[in-house]
Amino acid sequence: MTECAVRAEGITKVFNQGRPNEVHALSEVDLAIEPGEFVSLIGPSGCGKSTLLRVIASLTEPTEGQITVYGKPAEQARLDRDYGMAFQHSGLFDWRSVARNIELPLELMGWSRDKRQQRAREMLELVKLGQFGDHHPAELSGGMRQRVAIARALSFNPSLLLMDEPFGALDEMTREHMQTELLRIWSETGTTVVFVTHSIPESVYLSSRVVVMSPRPGRISTEIPVDLGGRDADTRESPGFFAKITEVREALRAVEGAE
Amino acid sequence: MTGLRHRLSASLPPVAFGLAGLALWESLLRITDPRGFVLPPPSEIVAALVDNWSQIWTGTRHTGYVILTGLAAGVILGVLAALLVTRFRSANETITPVATAVNAIPIIALAPVFNAWFGLISPHSNQAVVTVLVFFPVFINVTKGLTQVQPSQIELMRSYAARERQITREVRIPNAMPFFFNSLKIVSSLSVIAAIVAEYFGGRQDALGPMIIQSAGLTRYDDAWAAVFAGAMIGIVLYALAALAERLAMPWHASVREAAR
Repeated sequence: MTECAVRAEGITKVFNQGRPNEVHALSEVDLAIEPGEFVSLIGPSGCGKSTLLRVIASLTEPTEGQITVYGKPAEQARLDRDYGMAFQHSGLFDWRSVARNIELPLELMGWSRDKRQQRAREMLELVKLGQFGDHHPAELSGGMRQRVAIARALSFNPSLLLMDEPFGALDEMTREHMQTELLRIWSETGTTVVFVTHSIPESVYLSSRVVVMSPRPGRISTEIPVDLGGRDADTRESPGFFAKITEVREALRAVEGAE
Repeated sequence: MTGLRHRLSASLPPVAFGLAGLALWESLLRITDPRGFVLPPPSEIVAALVDNWSQIWTGTRHTGYVILTGLAAGVILGVLAALLVTRFRSANETITPVATAVNAIPIIALAPVFNAWFGLISPHSNQAVVTVLVFFPVFINVTKGLTQVQPSQIELMRSYAARERQITREVRIPNAMPFFFNSLKIVSSLSVIAAIVAEYFGGRQDALGPMIIQSAGLTRYDDAWAAVFAGAMIGIVLYALAALAERLAMPWHASVREAAR
């Protein structure tokens, strides 16, 4: 048996415990993700999907439960720089050029200048922004900024890519284009991806598995494997794609109906 | 070339407006107030400036010295305090209330008290007034810039296992730069006011403040205005330097890129 990329066992997260504004963000969440999987977390707002992502990333401590990442405790994985992260707001640093944004994690890891610049060039090629290294983020469109953020997240070959609605602020056309790009990058790098979204088609198009979550308290209600083979432009119009969208939608409806 | 032409044509309206204003000022006063009791016409202020040049230049140097040293001390202290309170919670709980309380005192009103502390004719009392007045806007603005950082940027840095020192250097300080330069522009003119008003109460007697008081006391309003003009020039030069430093320090910022267009 191979080691899990992510293994969450009995994760419970309570904010403001014991106070009147106590919130049960997650309750008894178990999740296992195999290396190389692309897993989407989907659910209505308040279902704790972003919290689960942050718990996996060791940005917040679970109240109860265990997280291991490639066999290590989550905090150790963070200190070992196993995570690449991308958020809805690209989180680019306006004061750094595009190339220097990608170099930032490498700087913190003590890479030499030559290696950093070399790597930034490779990553810019990967996200098809080869010409834009010297530009500043403010000069780029939303989609381009998001691609830089992804390039930055992947620059140091993290074993786990964690994304929190990275395409949420983009228009539909750009969004579909970015999804295609992300899948291409995923197949080229083989990284494990955990992807938070609230778009049903997005989750189905991207993932090898869709994890449906329910709110108050946040828990996993269903897991839907998606086996559509290699994705291309026709995938979005295939009967299998629509069937999976319907399946996820019904699972979400059941979640909302249960409230 | 087109940039230069564009810049010239863009500066034409304000220059024309300024000249027309001066002409109106001059002609109105020649008719209504020929003896210059209320307000001397610009030509007489210029004449007074030329006549008293060596005296005004001396005063400008002395007042300028008070402003620059007081300003530098206030800015440095303000930035250091801001760095301390963002880094250490206990420092925040200690410094912030004290700074707020000190700021609530009308600091100019302390000028006579500072004179008693530092000596009536010492410039130190004037410098102290400038420093105390400059400290607070710098402290407040820089603290805001250091703390109001996008949460996702902090999370990113933590996901890279960055240390607090690295987060301060890579995220907080660059984020605070626009706030710092804004406060610098504010205090560049504030410090001129503080220095000259403080000089009314004491300090070197050949500085601009005493010169204004003495000239006004002798009803030599043109001389007083010439000294005021010199003070204004200090303020304008300081503001321009702050704006220039801003442009050099953060060419990436939207305000700078907009202005350069």
